[in-house]
Amino acid sequence: MSKLRLGSLYQLTSVRFRLILREPEAIFWIFIFPILLAAGLGIAFRNRPADVYPVAATTPQLTQALAADKGLTATTMDQQAGVRALATGSILLLAVPEAGGVAYRYDDTNPDARSARLLADRAIQIAAGRRDAVHAENQLIHETGSRYIDFVIPGLLGMNLMGSAIWGLGFSIVEARQKKLLKRMVASPMPRWQYLASFLLSRLIMLVIEVAAFLGFARLAFGVPFRGSLWQLAFLCVLTSMAFSALGLLVSSRAGTMETASGLMNLVMLPMWILSGVFFSASRFPALLQPFVRALPLTAANDAFRANMLQGVSLNHLAAPVAILLAWLVVPFAVALRIFRWR
Amino acid sequence: MTVAAIHPVNGSLATPTLLIRGLRKAFSDVQAVDGLDLEVAQGESFGLLGPNGAGKTTTIEICEGLTEPDEGKVKLLGLNWSTGADELRQRIGVQLQETQFPEKLTVEETLRLFRSFFRRGISIDESIRTSQLEEKRHSRVGGLSGGQKQRLAMACALVGDPELLFLDEPTTGLDPQARRHLWDLVDQLKRAGRTIILTTHYMEEAERLCDRVAIMDHGRVIALGTPPQLIASIGGEDIVEFAVSHTEGGLNESGRAQLDPAQLDPAQLDLAQLTTIPGVQSHRVDAALHQLSVSELHTTVPRIFAALAAQGLHLSEFRTHSATLEDVFVRLTGRNLRDE
Repeated sequence: MSKLRLGSLYQLTSVRFRLILREPEAIFWIFIFPILLAAGLGIAFRNRPADVYPVAATTPQLTQALAADKGLTATTMDQQAGVRALATGSILLLAVPEAGGVAYRYDDTNPDARSARLLADRAIQIAAGRRDAVHAENQLIHETGSRYIDFVIPGLLGMNLMGSAIWGLGFSIVEARQKKLLKRMVASPMPRWQYLASFLLSRLIMLVIEVAAFLGFARLAFGVPFRGSLWQLAFLCVLTSMAFSALGLLVSSRAGTMETASGLMNLVMLPMWILSGVFFSASRFPALLQPFVRALPLTAANDAFRANMLQGVSLNHLAAPVAILLAWLVVPFAVALRIFRWR
Repeated sequence: MTVAAIHPVNGSLATPTLLIRGLRKAFSDVQAVDGLDLEVAQGESFGLLGPNGAGKTTTIEICEGLTEPDEGKVKLLGLNWSTGADELRQRIGVQLQETQFPEKLTVEETLRLFRSFFRRGISIDESIRTSQLEEKRHSRVGGLSGGQKQRLAMACALVGDPELLFLDEPTTGLDPQARRHLWDLVDQLKRAGRTIILTTHYMEEAERLCDRVAIMDHGRVIALGTPPQLIASIGGEDIVEFAVSHTEGGLNESGRAQLDPAQLDPAQLDLAQLTTIPGVQSHRVDAALHQLSVSELHTTVPRIFAALAAQGLHLSEFRTHSATLEDVFVRLTGRNLRDE
């Protein structure tokens, strides 16, 4: 008997899995889209080498002094041409010799022009024989983990887990209800818990493929760091996915049409896309909103992923986000089971 | 309106496979089932016949354990839904109205899924053979015709080798050929001795498939018996339909359609002369046609002709057919089965 019970759970799960694989759009949204998004963001926000500022001077001596600085490109032009170049933005600063010194023409509201002013002045003072009072040395760091792509990959991971769980469960369940398949299933001796469990199990299988493909891409293409334990990261992925599955189950527990369901799903997900720190830090929102923002499951998931991947924080120190995710797993699941409409 | 309550001749009702007593169910303001009593014996093929909205589907879904009744008792195979639900689901087969199976699964995968829910039952091969879906075994459900989908639904109802089979409008929406194909399938199941309960609003389907029929209207059983018994209960075995006119040449088909029934009023036609003819049981007007319920067709028809000729009336249309369950329904309710 228990063997047969397991048989029906196996059948239900394999049917779910097959149905996902036979849906080309689902494959695109689950596997391809997040990778495209990561690639697009990675290219758009790539770190460029430090800028070189264009400046000009009215005498060749000054130009030579300015060109000695690696942060500046200097050209010689007469005053009239220089003023025109300043106005069109093709140079940031014009150095003009004055009685007993030099005058800098620049716009002090432009941060680049202010930087150019500092560099230009330093270059001209050094050329005139200034010596540093204190010896200084530069140690340059271009650390992975602090780039925008490093910030955004854990956020995209959370967003992707949310979308695939809520859409995957929500649409399938509501479609089955709309097509009277749900009613047909409960008219058979199928144990009801197995029907819901089959969604969670197929989600877990998909999760492995989905997360491996996405994080593998992030590692290979951008060298995103994995500083924490991979097992703990896997646990966080499973917990996040199950919490969002429970939420998907709740969203789809009563909806009778696809239109209602997709409205509800957007209502649930839209605030999290904006508030939960996918593309920018959630701490930018005002303090008044913070308790609400912190309580959202996607905020907790993103915080936990970033702490694990970027800072190598272990699970022991992630009690708060883990507790929030657990609450989002247990409460919606219990409510969904109570109010679930089988027909 | 009389309720014909004719019980089957055999005495197998002592241990009915299905027993319904005092069943009531209301949805908001509609009384869908309004005091229903039924008994179905083992091995019987029983039909619930009635127009849409008569309460057939509500009744069958209460029997299937999908809907909770407001009042009344339902016993199947000696069990009831409150205590024996798990066992009952193992022992009954269910085909619902308009179930859409997942389009991207194959016939075989769908059957394998449903088979896995039952502790005992027939093999996938056998269910595919029985439902004559051998050629479609590896086809996706989305590519099946309406008749094939309906046979798949039937096969899903049969995988558990049920003792009691519920079919809710099994042929609604099918073309005539697919319908006959499905009837043959039900015939086979009947011959195998399975108890079948089906709903339909096609009288010919009920006559063809059912040993016994309950005619339902507004949530009640208004007639119960074997199809021949029910037909006999309205008095005549044949129905004569005709239209008359005073003018020579009569009316053509399109003319009749526009004819106001008032123009066929008894002032024009002396009804008493017709209804006193021996063998004429009753008269009514439907869709501008006079309908006589008649026994002894061969002696009655010449007398009808004579009576009409004596009144100087011209027959613009005349036909006869054997009385059907449709005529029974019309006699009992004054409406056609498919009016709604």
